[in-house]
Amino acid sequence: MTNDSIPNLTAFDDESLDKAFAELRDQAKAVADAVDSSEALEAFRLSWLGRKQGRLNEVSSRWLKAAPPEAKKALGQRFNEFKQFLLTELLLELDQRSKSADAALKAQALDITLPGTRRLLGAEHPITRTMSEIVSVFAALGYSVGVGPEVETDYYNFESMNFPPGHPARDTQDTLVIASQERKPLRDRLLLRTHTSPVQMRTMELEPPPVRIVIPGKVHRNDAADATHSPIFHQVEGLCVDTHITFSHLKGTLDHAMKALFGSAVKTRFFPSFFPFTEPSADVQISCIFCGGKGCRKCKQSGWIELLGCGMVDPAVFAFAREKQPAYDPKKISGFAFGMGVERIAMMKYGISEIGQFYAGDMRFLSLFV
Amino acid sequence: MKILTKWLRAYLPGLSVSDAQLAEDLTLRGIAVEGICDLGSGNGSIFAMDITTNRVDAMNHYGIAREAAAIYALELPALAFPLPAPRPCSQRPFSVAIEVEDACGRFTARVLRDVAIGESRDWFPGAEVSTYFALLDQKKISNAVDATNFAWLAMGQPTHAFDLDKIEGGIVVRRARKGERLKTLDGVERVLDADDLVVADHAKPLALAGVMGGWDTMITPATKNVLVEAAWFDPMAVRRTARRHGLHTDASHRFERGADFNAAPVASALVSAILLAGGGWIEGWAEGDLVDARVAAIEARTAHRPPIELKLSEVQRILGRTEDAEGITTATVEDVLAALGCKLAPSPAAPPAWSATLPSWRLDLEREIDLIEEIARVYGYNRFANTLPAFGEGVRALPWAEKETAARGTLLACGFHEAIAGTFCSAAEAELTAPQPGQVVALGNPLSEEAGVLRPSLIPGMLAMIAGNLHRDVSDVRLFEMGTVFSGSAANGTVEKVDERPALALGATGLAPEEGPLHAPRAFDFFDLKGAVEQVLARFDMRAVYFDRFPAEAGLTPAWLHPYRAARVAADGLTVGWLGELHPREAAARKFKAPVLVGELYLDRLFKLPLRKPAAREISRFQPVRRDFSLVLDESIAWETIDRAMASLQASPLPELIDWRAREVFRDARLARGEYALLLGATFQALDRTLREEELKEFQSRVEEAVNKAGARLRT
Ligand SMILES: [Zn+2]
Repeated sequence: MTNDSIPNLTAFDDESLDKAFAELRDQAKAVADAVDSSEALEAFRLSWLGRKQGRLNEVSSRWLKAAPPEAKKALGQRFNEFKQFLLTELLLELDQRSKSADAALKAQALDITLPGTRRLLGAEHPITRTMSEIVSVFAALGYSVGVGPEVETDYYNFESMNFPPGHPARDTQDTLVIASQERKPLRDRLLLRTHTSPVQMRTMELEPPPVRIVIPGKVHRNDAADATHSPIFHQVEGLCVDTHITFSHLKGTLDHAMKALFGSAVKTRFFPSFFPFTEPSADVQISCIFCGGKGCRKCKQSGWIELLGCGMVDPAVFAFAREKQPAYDPKKISGFAFGMGVERIAMMKYGISEIGQFYAGDMRFLSLFV
Repeated sequence: MKILTKWLRAYLPGLSVSDAQLAEDLTLRGIAVEGICDLGSGNGSIFAMDITTNRVDAMNHYGIAREAAAIYALELPALAFPLPAPRPCSQRPFSVAIEVEDACGRFTARVLRDVAIGESRDWFPGAEVSTYFALLDQKKISNAVDATNFAWLAMGQPTHAFDLDKIEGGIVVRRARKGERLKTLDGVERVLDADDLVVADHAKPLALAGVMGGWDTMITPATKNVLVEAAWFDPMAVRRTARRHGLHTDASHRFERGADFNAAPVASALVSAILLAGGGWIEGWAEGDLVDARVAAIEARTAHRPPIELKLSEVQRILGRTEDAEGITTATVEDVLAALGCKLAPSPAAPPAWSATLPSWRLDLEREIDLIEEIARVYGYNRFANTLPAFGEGVRALPWAEKETAARGTLLACGFHEAIAGTFCSAAEAELTAPQPGQVVALGNPLSEEAGVLRPSLIPGMLAMIAGNLHRDVSDVRLFEMGTVFSGSAANGTVEKVDERPALALGATGLAPEEGPLHAPRAFDFFDLKGAVEQVLARFDMRAVYFDRFPAEAGLTPAWLHPYRAARVAADGLTVGWLGELHPREAAARKFKAPVLVGELYLDRLFKLPLRKPAAREISRFQPVRRDFSLVLDESIAWETIDRAMASLQASPLPELIDWRAREVFRDARLARGEYALLLGATFQALDRTLREEELKEFQSRVEEAVNKAGARLRT
């Protein structure tokens, strides 16, 4: 507002002074018209009457300097008058005006402590969320994504995964079967897949090695529901087949994946285990994410939590794959496979105690994951 | 299974580590100790074991002692139980015949006479029946029964003691005759099948072979003479018999997983030694005391399997790098396998290589890879290095992953929570919701009748979840599920094929998803659901979406929907789903009080369409002008009619008509019966100029003309 140029004063007769001061007055009034709040008023006051950079000081020093000595007295008089005008008429009026403007704004005050209006968002299911986290960890390691049917044949679910007909290992997977299958040969009978492993075979039948694939999916068992069992659950299966794939690669891959999922401080530990479709087979434990390995209730004081099963692909499985893809020659290639329960991982990550909560559609539970 | 460390240490006097250390070392080698219970006062501990099904050989004390010996490089003495000399009192041995050479590989029998049936005690070193049973909390029954149990716990070989005087003639191992009867030790009278394997005498079946003994020949306090059986039965034969009779016994568990062909005589000696320790004598004949009937073919494929070839290079190819620079060496291979009972001979083929003879108790070992696993296991899995394989080829995502993510993201933004419901429903629910009748797939062994079939639709699960929420007093529900639905095709009563299709269900009741103190809450209604579906569809690239309704009498609307508050959703002419208010009949049956909105989209169809790719277009710099038209319409004229009229006006062409919408629909007292009022908003804008007043007047009258033609009159 002080950018207006200072009017030039060349003559110091009464008429010239009248004109010059009228111009100053107009400038001040024009600026004052825009004042609409107490802050603006203060800014106006400083800009005209401020001791250091006030416009009044500036103008008076410039004009007084230029004035011949005989004109200085009259000029000084004029400045006093102008100052009075600013102080009394203009500022008083402005003061009134800004006060009423403030009052009008005040009347519009909101209770900003009231909660905001929220358009409620939906939450991704914790299982979907966990599953995609796992998949992206492996995608970063070069794994593609595959899926397979939930209703499988006995061949893909069991036989080709090296569970021969009548093998006791079949007993450990309480299988839900489709009705009216008795007339079919055993290998063609339909059932609800008990694990995502059959997709290993389906993948190998479709493409020759090298294969790096993760398979997220839903599986079913004939299990009565309790805190940790459910007839439905989800797995993420993985398969890596190539030349020169070793047990040490399996260990390194899963160690990396567990660190990516649970934090870099997590340690892994491998135990011999048994799965018909892998050999050597292993169970993997991670250091307890709750106590850091010191021992707590969650890890039954052991410091370790069992999380997944894995192993080197059994040559018998490659033999089944070879029926359609001769390149799966167990003398030339090798591979590893792993499978993890998504519910178990989600329960650990989010502190969920009942597996049934995943399938109840309870709004209160699901809202926690927004 | 429970293991006494006191018993283990009796087999391995050189074992010096603590029980805790032993448990950890066993566990890390796959012989998992799940729990340790300290028995105090020099009695060691009880280990609760969890042993994988392939390792039946380790489900007993001697088997675990063998593992410990391998871990700590200790010498494990072979089991041997000396017996008193027999009294040869017959010309010929007791008669044992194996009729089923495919199902019984070995049957040993020993006749003990004048035994005294009584209480067990610690009989001799290696037969501390009383002490061990007390520590294991195993009930003592009689010295005969306890002896067979002791042999089972010691070495995992099932044995059986018969009351000899109830046996007529000799033993025949045979298939049962259909309809034969046998009362087993559990007191159940069983009718046998021709496929059942039995131990019989010359007149009748005595026992279900490898599964359970018979009632009539069991040992009683009155028993004087005993026949001790220790045999080897075929896994499949035992499994079939046990299955058919719904039995799972210690004996069947072992035989089904493969017993040790060579264990029978040792176990027989142990049982006999214990029984004779209380009195009595062995009946022998000229050549011996143990009748040992064997089937050569089975012996050849169990106890005398051909050796297998093992190459160090193959061990290294499969196992890879170890943390220890030396890695798996010749010495590692030889030490580990010898300790486990393999006999290694150097093989001429590409050394270092071996020809390995396999122990009779490890039928799970049959291939080179099995030996490689044993080496890795005993060497210690955690001593292998963590390395990463080379990167493979490019990463492929699922073709529909992006579409699924788009649909999910849209519904989350619309305030729906993602849910996962059960896969099964009742036959009645399936009938109500199946898109096509008569193709429901039933389960052969359902968990319950309510979960008897594979869901043909996601609607039953959605309704169950809504009901669950209302039951928990959660009245505002907005859920969606993306999942698989199933339909079958059957021929001659056999389900030939099951089709799986992805579907999306939406369900809502209660309030719309907006929360705040200053705006009145409102109920979630049909148009909220329709809006959510429209927004999902808008993510896909299609020429036309429309929602229509069939006359109620046509019977084309799904039975779960209110016939006058339902819409079919069509994309490019293809039905992609249905939505609307739940049929009041279904709502009442579920005790729903507030209206419930539900819908289902057929994602297999929707996902055939590409996702819409965003593309920029020119945005006019000139001011848009909005004009509102207050229309009065007959109830029979739907918005769609006006909408179409406006669309054809735009195409007529009137490109300046850039937008039109129903701004308000209402009814008031000034309208005639059967009429409603519609406030139609139209926006005009040109890309190249500011619209002049005359132009706007003309556009306005064209709109009026078009809606008039569609049956609307302007309200004055
Ligand atoms: Zn812990």
